[in-house]
Amino acid sequence: MFDKMKEQVKVSEHEYRYIGKHANRPEADELVSGKRQFLDDIVKPGMLTVRVLRSPHANAIIKEINTEKAKAVPGVVGVCTYKEAPNWQCGLPNHRKVLDNHMRFVGDSVALVAAETLEAADEALDLIEVEYEVLPFVLDCEEALEEGAPQLYEQYPGNEIPKTTPFSEVPFNQIFVGDVDKAFKESAYVKEGYMKYENMAHPLPPESPGCIAEWTNPSAVTVWYNGGAPHLQKFNTEASIPGVAVRVIATQSGGSYGSKQLIPHMILQAILMAKITGRACKFIMDRNEHFLSYELRQGSRIRGKVGMTEDGIINAVEGMWYTDSGMSSTYAQAMTAVGLGECQAFLGKCENWALDTKLVATNHSSQAPIRGFGGQECKSVLVPMVCTAIRAANMDPLEVFKKNFVKDGDKYIWRDHLWWDVHSVDYTKAFEETAKAFGWSEKWKGWETPTWVSEDGRYAIGVGVGVHGNADIGEDPTEGEVKLHPFGSVTVEICIGETGGAQRLAVQKMVAEIMKCPLDGVQLVDADTHGTRYDAGMIGSRGTITMGTTAVNAAKNARRKLLEMAAVKLHANVEDLDTENFLVFNKNMPEMRLPWIAITGTPECTVNGTYSYKQNFDKPNFALYLAEVCVNLETGEAKLIRAMEGSDVGQIIDPINIRMQAEGSFGSAGGDTGLFEEMVMDKKLGRFMNGNMIDYKWRTFNNFPQFDTVLLESEWDTESFHAVGFGEITPSPAPAAILMAVSNAIGVEMTEYPCTPQKILKAMGKIK
Amino acid sequence: MNEQIKTISITVNGVVRKFIIGDFEGCVAPSEVLLDTLRDRLHLTAAKRSCERGVCGCCTVIMDGEAVASCMVLTADCDGKSIITLEGLSDPITGELNPLQRAFADNSAFQCGFCTPGIIMSTQALLWKNPNPTEAELTEALSGNYCRCISHYQVIRTVMGFVEEINKEA
Repeated sequence: MFDKMKEQVKVSEHEYRYIGKHANRPEADELVSGKRQFLDDIVKPGMLTVRVLRSPHANAIIKEINTEKAKAVPGVVGVCTYKEAPNWQCGLPNHRKVLDNHMRFVGDSVALVAAETLEAADEALDLIEVEYEVLPFVLDCEEALEEGAPQLYEQYPGNEIPKTTPFSEVPFNQIFVGDVDKAFKESAYVKEGYMKYENMAHPLPPESPGCIAEWTNPSAVTVWYNGGAPHLQKFNTEASIPGVAVRVIATQSGGSYGSKQLIPHMILQAILMAKITGRACKFIMDRNEHFLSYELRQGSRIRGKVGMTEDGIINAVEGMWYTDSGMSSTYAQAMTAVGLGECQAFLGKCENWALDTKLVATNHSSQAPIRGFGGQECKSVLVPMVCTAIRAANMDPLEVFKKNFVKDGDKYIWRDHLWWDVHSVDYTKAFEETAKAFGWSEKWKGWETPTWVSEDGRYAIGVGVGVHGNADIGEDPTEGEVKLHPFGSVTVEICIGETGGAQRLAVQKMVAEIMKCPLDGVQLVDADTHGTRYDAGMIGSRGTITMGTTAVNAAKNARRKLLEMAAVKLHANVEDLDTENFLVFNKNMPEMRLPWIAITGTPECTVNGTYSYKQNFDKPNFALYLAEVCVNLETGEAKLIRAMEGSDVGQIIDPINIRMQAEGSFGSAGGDTGLFEEMVMDKKLGRFMNGNMIDYKWRTFNNFPQFDTVLLESEWDTESFHAVGFGEITPSPAPAAILMAVSNAIGVEMTEYPCTPQKILKAMGKIK
Repeated sequence: MNEQIKTISITVNGVVRKFIIGDFEGCVAPSEVLLDTLRDRLHLTAAKRSCERGVCGCCTVIMDGEAVASCMVLTADCDGKSIITLEGLSDPITGELNPLQRAFADNSAFQCGFCTPGIIMSTQALLWKNPNPTEAELTEALSGNYCRCISHYQVIRTVMGFVEEINKEA
């Protein structure tokens, strides 16, 4: 319909049917007509609504609690406090109770109510009588480590959360390699830095996290949830409730950006109320709860030193990386492990490291996985710290980043605590093409030097650059099966949730490509742990490689079996046979074609192929972000006027969907944390002050700058049609790039996020 | 007692729906918002419950030609109004998408799709009033629609392409 528009997207040069070309998402018509069911659209017979009484205190013990009046409210079916609750726990390692008598943040769960209606549940919450012993609280991660600081968990003295990870027996939480003292002596430039990235920004998917729990027998419960990692959620829940079989079904997710893939605490609470009431229970956070009680982007702080050689190689990094996990850790240790790997991808030539970490518990809401998964948090402090050395050398940061970014032949320690040799990626060309398209060499005028200043001196423009890469695109196993049905259709049994990245379409395309059949002849089963084998879910941009490789190989195996059956029947060599549009033919006689049913001889069978992908970390992906910012030097207002993101994705699967992944760098508490996004804390009360969509700043439709992408296709060595995943990392390099751009515009180094007018004027010395 | 019963009549997607306003079971409470009536009573779930403060636009419907946040409208105040929801844009018999819905589907002008119903309704309300808007007029009309996947650019490309196409045909 819109030929002009389609001309703007790049189309693969290969003779693929679907890969590299745009195709409609299978659920497109349902989404645009309102027929697609999201979690809140599901109604189960007799279903109750769960609501939570929230703590008004950042640190307190419940001394007395009385629920009698609440229980008497008509329509209330169940009320539960810590007194009645089982000792179910979640977190890593398990430490957060389903209900506790110790409140650790404003918004912590005091009691649960399940009722026939929302109104009855809310009325009951108002009638619960609670007496608290209010305790001092701590919000700052370094203060939490000091002697005498309020303690969050008896089992974690000093507020350090254990460094357990699910990835290796000895967790990867520090890099000590080479000899940093020697390397610093040999460095031409050595600089120290202390950087913070502590916006505690909200991922804020339009659909709040939620679930429905329904027990099907005394030891089996089914959970519907709106994240995209059902198997991960299943084993997390089963670890919390020993002896219970948990089935998890992922509904269409109204946005997640990582934040809803694991919602262990909410699911335990829904399961508990379903157990108590004997009814299906729905628990969806309202927007206020979502803001004030749900998980935010992890706080990140680094204190360290960087050494760089005369020719711009970063050869020594030393320091302490603090991550503020808030009142619990859902998966924070994993984020630390991944973040450390990403440091090495960024500084791929550095052979001397003494970088340690501390994961700290504090009295605000839990900080948990969000798009970027440790990488955005780490990079937003590490890039500015590294830049202190580049600035001292007066070098072009883009050139230094290009020289140092990991490539084929380099190696790093990844999250599994193993060394990995890097294969089949070299992003040099992507650096160069993106820089050229942006006009970097013309715009870069030097450190703290604006690109342009208005004649009246009121406005200045500056540019900045950030870079990021992540080898988690090959993480975790995927097991799957492809079934060929004799009457001519294909079923893909891989557990693939849909959170907006069009992953289901990508796998559908790959299988249709292998089977040489129409796209709508390939159907994917729902993302349900009953009926699919293990897959870790829509996390870390892993889907393209892990699900793609599984689907491609399972389809190839099924195809091979079909052709072997045909070879027997047709007395032909299997190598001479092929299948297209559900017909088998001999390549030497392509005009003679037999339907699949003629090969199987019966419809009462399927021809199956299976495959199990095993994780591999030898290829990182890549995102280069270039920002151009205009600052009003009188008011301190900074505006992003242009941005560009560059990558080499190996092979584009769908040109529209991948471009939207890059544009997504503005969302998910991403790029705009460089400029204005933050949760504002009242440090005296320990309460957030802007927990609503009016006071929390977000970018509106009429406020988007020019944004361009440069996406190369170097056909990396992957089995997923040479493609690598990309979406996870698109926001990660942006905040640091914006910080640099603002610094260059105003002529003063900025060290604090976000670059609000107040901070800019303060840095310029115009206000105190 | 009958004198105290207040009834209202709302046309929803071309069908007249009548409600009794009151606090008795089954009645529409005076405090009930249109979003809840549409979703929970009429099972028209395209309009989404999200911010419940009139900020995000996920619950947008068209009332007498204007895009409104249905979470901010009391059902009791809708007597005599005509409401169109996203379900009402498609053909009621065949389910065929209307041209704007078709354009969104064919151009993947969405990612997670949760905010899409509201974005389509705001766009449709604009196009019914102004079939040939500028990009600035479009983004102004959509400024109350929140999207976090960042489908904004693709929505703008899609709608401006659609506008160009329909005006060319006209």
